[in-house]
Amino acid sequence: MRWYWIDRFIEFESGKRARSVKNVSLAEEHLHDHFPGFPVMPGSLMIEGMAQTGGILLGEHFGFRYNVILAKVPKVVFHSWACPGDQLIYSAELLDAREEGGSVSVEATVGDRSVASAEIVFAHLKTDDPQFSRIDQKNFVFRMNLLDILTVGKAGSGAAGEVSGADGRRGEAVE
Amino acid sequence: MPSEEEILDKVRGTLVDALGVDDDEVTPTATLIGDLGAESIDFLDIVFRLEKSFDIKIPRGELFPENLASADAGFVAGGKVTAEGLEELRRKMPHADVESFAKDPVLSRISDLFTVGMIVRFIAARLK
Repeated sequence: MRWYWIDRFIEFESGKRARSVKNVSLAEEHLHDHFPGFPVMPGSLMIEGMAQTGGILLGEHFGFRYNVILAKVPKVVFHSWACPGDQLIYSAELLDAREEGGSVSVEATVGDRSVASAEIVFAHLKTDDPQFSRIDQKNFVFRMNLLDILTVGKAGSGAAGEVSGADGRRGEAVE
Repeated sequence: MPSEEEILDKVRGTLVDALGVDDDEVTPTATLIGDLGAESIDFLDIVFRLEKSFDIKIPRGELFPENLASADAGFVAGGKVTAEGLEELRRKMPHADVESFAKDPVLSRISDLFTVGMIVRFIAARLK
């Protein structure tokens, strides 16, 4: 299993905001233990998905010159569950972006239902720093290969429905 | 120009949010690391929050200088900050109480320079 806790970006407005989708599936093995007979998406993995959404938003803002690592979650509130069959939407807004790091606020929703909200702080590591070249990739919110798989679509206005990705099909998923 | 007391109130709110401490713990003499349990990454969070709540810009290293006592700069000898090192601290951290630290400049105490009062004085100077 790869450490990808978002499936796709559906909106991406460089330096401002990004929205991604996480489809919760009963095929995810951890849901069978969390909890037996009551499968719900673990809150920690929702934080990871929110951090990946916000971390890529921050990383892209600096042209991916830095490794963006999750440094701190000053605030997170869970309002309800996300169960198999639910489509989580993570909406991230870039609050701060500077040389040392940045911060985002992220809302997680399923349809009209609010599931979680968080503030996340990231630190930047230089990509050529030999001291950190062997850091376990699980610690990284952003990796180039993650971006390749997600094929980020960019919308000029960020408005839903105007998004088109590199293959021209991504926009169809936007409602 | 807000009074020092007003600035302290806002700084207190910032530190309560950033560090999850109680507001009565945030006194002017409280040290960020020793008393309030801040870690290095919290400094970035604190800077973000101060910029927002006071509507100011705080360039990197101005409020919380990095590499304060790098060994190769000749600022530390025998576990103590040297006279040159203290001079450097006065220059880099005009809002910190370097004089109290200078009485017993043990390197391990250097983080005690980061106090709530230091932040308040820094902000007050910025808002002038």
